[in-house]
Amino acid sequence: MDIKAYIILSLTLFTIGIIGVLVRRNAIIIFMCIELMLNAVNLLLVAFSKMHAASEAAKASPSFASDAQIFVFFIMVVAAAEVSVGLAIIVMLYRNTHSVDVNFLNRLKN
Amino acid sequence: MSNVLQIAWLIPILPLVGFIINGSGRNVLSKGVSGFIGSSVVLASFLLSLYVFIQVKNGNTHVAHYFNFINIETLRIAFDFKIDQLSSLFLLIITGVGFLIHVYSTSYMHDEPAKDFAKYFAYLNLFVFSMLLLVMGANYVIMFIGWEGVGLCSYLLIGYWFKNNNYTDAAKKAFIMNRIGDLGFLLAVFWLISKLGTVSFDEVFAAESLKKLTTTDITGITLLLFLGATGKSAQIPLYTWLPDAMAGPTPVSALIHAATMVTAGIYMIARSNILYTMAPVTLAVIAITGIATAVLAASIAIYQNDIKKVLAYSTVSQLGYMFVGLGVGAYTGAVFHVMTHAFFKALLFLGAGSVIHAMGGEQDMRNMGGLKKHMKITHLTFLLGCLAIAGMPPFSGFFSKDEILAAAYANNPVLWGVGVFTAIMTAFYMFRLYGMTFLGKFRGTHEQEHHLHESPAAITMPLVILAILAVIGGLVGIPEVFMHGGHRLETFLEPVFAQSKAITEKHTLSHATEYMLMAVSVGGALVALLFAWNRYSKYSKTESEPAGFAKLLANKWYVDELYNAIIVSPLKSLAGFFNNIIEKKVIDGVVNGTGKAVNYGSRQLRYLQSGQVGAYVLLMVIGMLVLFIIQLFL
Repeated sequence: MDIKAYIILSLTLFTIGIIGVLVRRNAIIIFMCIELMLNAVNLLLVAFSKMHAASEAAKASPSFASDAQIFVFFIMVVAAAEVSVGLAIIVMLYRNTHSVDVNFLNRLKN
Repeated sequence: MSNVLQIAWLIPILPLVGFIINGSGRNVLSKGVSGFIGSSVVLASFLLSLYVFIQVKNGNTHVAHYFNFINIETLRIAFDFKIDQLSSLFLLIITGVGFLIHVYSTSYMHDEPAKDFAKYFAYLNLFVFSMLLLVMGANYVIMFIGWEGVGLCSYLLIGYWFKNNNYTDAAKKAFIMNRIGDLGFLLAVFWLISKLGTVSFDEVFAAESLKKLTTTDITGITLLLFLGATGKSAQIPLYTWLPDAMAGPTPVSALIHAATMVTAGIYMIARSNILYTMAPVTLAVIAITGIATAVLAASIAIYQNDIKKVLAYSTVSQLGYMFVGLGVGAYTGAVFHVMTHAFFKALLFLGAGSVIHAMGGEQDMRNMGGLKKHMKITHLTFLLGCLAIAGMPPFSGFFSKDEILAAAYANNPVLWGVGVFTAIMTAFYMFRLYGMTFLGKFRGTHEQEHHLHESPAAITMPLVILAILAVIGGLVGIPEVFMHGGHRLETFLEPVFAQSKAITEKHTLSHATEYMLMAVSVGGALVALLFAWNRYSKYSKTESEPAGFAKLLANKWYVDELYNAIIVSPLKSLAGFFNNIIEKKVIDGVVNGTGKAVNYGSRQLRYLQSGQVGAYVLLMVIGMLVLFIIQLFL
């Protein structure tokens, strides 16, 4: 498949993520949108990796083709850890403000 | 022959050693010890000077080379001392009169705390050292070191009582006025170096060097040197510091006015006589400046009431005489007058100090009077000093003044006329001073009258010695008309001025003319003397304040006010401008403005921190977009 399709899909997902972060006020939704952006980038990484595996340079080094595939798993693991931290923060947020609206997170202002 | 070289360096070094001991040990030395050290080093210098003088008199003149002060490819300035007739004579005057002043100071300054007492003697020794360096230096640079040294010491000594603001102002005035003159000296030295590549006296005055200088060079150099001399020797336009130098202790005034400092200018010109002889324009300038200073200062002295002020203006006036002597080419006469003036002016100042001491610090002559019967030695010596300065024969002042006046007459009778007029004024104000101080009735408070006493021996001994010198000092220069070969000073100094003499035409006055000149000046002075004696012995406090022209004289022709208006005030307002506008507005404005701008900017930037998560994210996205755009399109 043409690499362009992957790029477009990835950009679309990323843009959806950004817009979601920008327009929504619910912390959980914002969080999901961040994950969406992260995975859009992940997708792009895998796609480029596949594209490069077919190139001449990859044939000289056997590990070159699979490096990014493994790297993506690491990112997902780290993301999972980050999600657990993020969700914990949201739980604490809810306990303190009885809401998950990020606009209430302005107590440090002034 | 060689032993003169071996001991010559000791002459200036000894006072320097005294300065170091007294200066560094001022916290531990007792008054007796520091006074003893201060006086004895100068006495030792005097004895060595005497030895050197005798050697020189026997014909041993030297340039003693010690080391190279500056030695670069194109310029070599040696640290040399020139021991010849002129410098050895000055050595004697400086160390001799200087020693008497030191002895006098041990008693006069006795009320000072031990620490200040040692400091005072340290300064005095440094002063003598600088002056000795000035006269012994064999080139203009070494002379300049001493020249600056005496300027510094005068500042230190005039401002000795530095807790009084007026005194420190006087000290600053002396220093700054001298600096103006020093600039001229320095420029002249640079000019010499650029033209001749040497500053050594022997090399500059050699016939082949003089050929290399054009008339413009010589006139320029001599005028610049003369500017230096006007500063040091208190001539118009830089004379106003000297009367203010009265702020220092009285012995300091005696030292500055008689033995050192003010004679530096005369010495320098006498030393450079050949340059001056080759520059007739400069000579005319010197003669006119000298006579103008003499008559101006004498006229001011007539209406001063402060005993030291009268003497100060008389010094300025007498220095004017010396410059007239230099200006008309009577170098010997000028040096002779330096010598006799050193004797009688030191005597008068020390006598005035003795009077002030007895009066408990009172300097106003209107509150004195009748001191004759209380202070016999001071009175007698002071009277002799007054007679000497008034030019009465056979006292020393007569011979030297007469020599200058005769030379002035030969040069230009107008100079002589003004000179005689000044001499008459001199006799008048000196005997006005004498009359108001010693004759008549005592006009001070009862307490002061009770306190009146003759000063101790340490004060009267120097007075007696100086009085003897003031009386007989003139006998080394008896003019030709009285005694053939009587002018031994002229014979002695002949080698120094031989070069000048060779190129000047000799004016000889007939004996009848000389007698006539003497009769006029002595007669005029005698009339003024008797008039002043008669008038001021009956002086009473009720006399009216001076008015009209007298007021102008009492206020010193308003020269100080004039200088204030045209130089000091504009400078002060310029300084004020820089202080208030440039410093406070511009520089502080830039510094404070930077702080204020940062402060204001941060206050504005603070609004970016809205606390809204959405806003942060939006800014972040915009930032990322901008980075992308920069990366991809620019």
